[in-house]
Amino acid sequence: MTDLHWLPPVPDWRPRLRAFTAAPTWDEAVALANARLNFVLVNALDEAVRRSFPQPPPNLATKTVRLAVLGSNTLTHLLPAIRVAGLRRGIWVDTYENDFGQYHQELADPASALHAFKPTAVLLALDAYHLTAGVTAGMDSEAADAALAEVRDRIRETWRLARDAFRGPILQQTALPLHLPVLGNNEHRLPGSRIRFIARLNDALRSMAEEDAIDLLAIDDRAARDGIGKWHDIALWHRSKQEVSPTAAPLYGDLVGRWLAAKQGRSFKCLVLDLDNTLWGGVIGDDGLEGIALGQGSALGEAYVAFQDYAREQARRGVILAVCSKNDEANALEPFEKHPDMVLKRADIASFVANWSNKADNIRAIAQELNIGLDALVFVDDNPFERNLVRQELPMVAVPEVSDDPTGYPLALADAGYFEGLSVTDEDRERTSQYQGNKARDLLKAAVTDLPSYLRGLEMQLVWKRFDRIGLQRIVQLINKSNQFNLTTRRYTDEDVVAVMADPDAFGLQLRLLDRFGDNGVIAIIVGRLLANKDLDIDTWLMSCRVLGRQVEPTTLNLIAQEAAKLGARRLIGTYIPTKKNAMVKDHYAKLGFTVMETDAAGGNRTILDLAQYTPAETFIHVVEG
Amino acid sequence: MPSESEIYAGLTEIFADVFMRDDLALTPALTAKQVEGWDSFKQIEIIMSAEERWGIKFTTRELDSLQSVGDLVRVIGTKAG
Repeated sequence: MTDLHWLPPVPDWRPRLRAFTAAPTWDEAVALANARLNFVLVNALDEAVRRSFPQPPPNLATKTVRLAVLGSNTLTHLLPAIRVAGLRRGIWVDTYENDFGQYHQELADPASALHAFKPTAVLLALDAYHLTAGVTAGMDSEAADAALAEVRDRIRETWRLARDAFRGPILQQTALPLHLPVLGNNEHRLPGSRIRFIARLNDALRSMAEEDAIDLLAIDDRAARDGIGKWHDIALWHRSKQEVSPTAAPLYGDLVGRWLAAKQGRSFKCLVLDLDNTLWGGVIGDDGLEGIALGQGSALGEAYVAFQDYAREQARRGVILAVCSKNDEANALEPFEKHPDMVLKRADIASFVANWSNKADNIRAIAQELNIGLDALVFVDDNPFERNLVRQELPMVAVPEVSDDPTGYPLALADAGYFEGLSVTDEDRERTSQYQGNKARDLLKAAVTDLPSYLRGLEMQLVWKRFDRIGLQRIVQLINKSNQFNLTTRRYTDEDVVAVMADPDAFGLQLRLLDRFGDNGVIAIIVGRLLANKDLDIDTWLMSCRVLGRQVEPTTLNLIAQEAAKLGARRLIGTYIPTKKNAMVKDHYAKLGFTVMETDAAGGNRTILDLAQYTPAETFIHVVEG
Repeated sequence: MPSESEIYAGLTEIFADVFMRDDLALTPALTAKQVEGWDSFKQIEIIMSAEERWGIKFTTRELDSLQSVGDLVRVIGTKAG
């Protein structure tokens, strides 16, 4: 797979590019580069940006790069993708391509256009046809070895020329394994096999690169994973001498872009992880230690283990791990301390933030606590609401686009190349413990996130209906499984729910939340009962924690008030019955403007709202009966 | 099999992305010479986008035979669906 699948699709990308052309800003250019683009759109963006920014804008935080791309075939189609990949990281890149086939001559000639370009970095992209010139199945092993030695010497000589002429770093592309076997499975017995020659050369390049302190662009490894057919189109080679297929250009460019960023010390440093449905399946606060999917016994549980393992592997080479979860801290910590299948332990997490504040603020707090820039953070969350909130509020934080299937999470991180590293030190391997050692937990700063503008843009719709037969199963399931946002934790059977449906003095409401990212499903359940004194008792109010912080609560109250009024109620009675898990809603009714009438020793409370005095809250949620 | 008008509609979207302009009216007689910037690289962008859109692969002979938008539409029509 050579598409940029970890970047989010941006539906209004085309109109935004047109708007950018009319009124270009560098920030918008960077934002447009951080979308899932195919090679045609990469070229379009590159054209627009080069027209608007022929020179780097002033005061960039990054160093500008002048990259000479040298090779023996057509490379023109790769240059826009390289420039856009730099742009994706806030780096302004200018490129130079040698005249067709003339890379060696231009390097050796101080009067050449290449020298006039004054590159700060060099990419040497030699195609596999050029590298195997003269190699043929007729060779004996002595001749094949001599041919290999000659190619190695020629590459070394090229490195030396580039290094003498320019002071910048050199990136050597490994050779694409694009040749076909002629002997078959035991191709290795044919000394003059071209595909074996390329494999041997790629091996040799790795040790040569160590000796000469050269970095590699390992497209041979990529092609092994993606399939050579995704990287090389033989028909296009015949037509236009493009070794790398244009459809793979965006990925090729990104591989170069992450190297340029790593060279400036701008690789990401910290992986911030959500918990529920990201590190394990289910919601720990509702499902409990036994109820979450983690570990052997289910494919889903194994997939979460595999993701945790990949995160731990990253930690062991120096990436800092952090947790950002909407949870009670005690609940969030429980699997780390008690679940036998947790791969990640509390000690692996340098910063652990679990509370009910919005995630943009919590991510700011994590960066502050770890004393690293926000632009060093990668945030993984299964929930599209949270991903988009963080993207909007903190565009410098990388947020890979993932599905709800954890099987793909390691791949998203690996393919995105956020943590591109050029070396590993002993210090890297001990990084997390260092952060744990010198950390001092600051209190969370006051909220600074512009949540209202985000919520407004979400185009939320709360679609409600009375309980019905079709929804019965989901209603009963929610009533019996919700523990955290559940005011009374009353459990209902199918029959109990049907009884509510039949009772003229009661109503049961099922609420579904839709927004521009999709349908969140049924997220809240209400049961109200009219008492003899015309008070409406809110028997049950429960909600999925996924939709916290989205104004669903006041909008739901508007709806309850409306339905209560239809039954002739004068007041609403709200009751909080404490359990081990629902402390988060202790002050739910008070926050909504109810008056607390009584509290009990266990911490419960009973509250009242006079409907005559009640003004419906204004929210960004459109309420629809459906 | 896509109808001729569906192919024109699809190609219009492809051309809009490739040349970043919305005002290009595709006609059967339109050739590369008549469109500014339609060089061999853009030709490859058009071809590969069409291959992806209709799930087809052009042969070398088919590519060599393309003279105009009308040719392109005809080849897509015979291969797709």
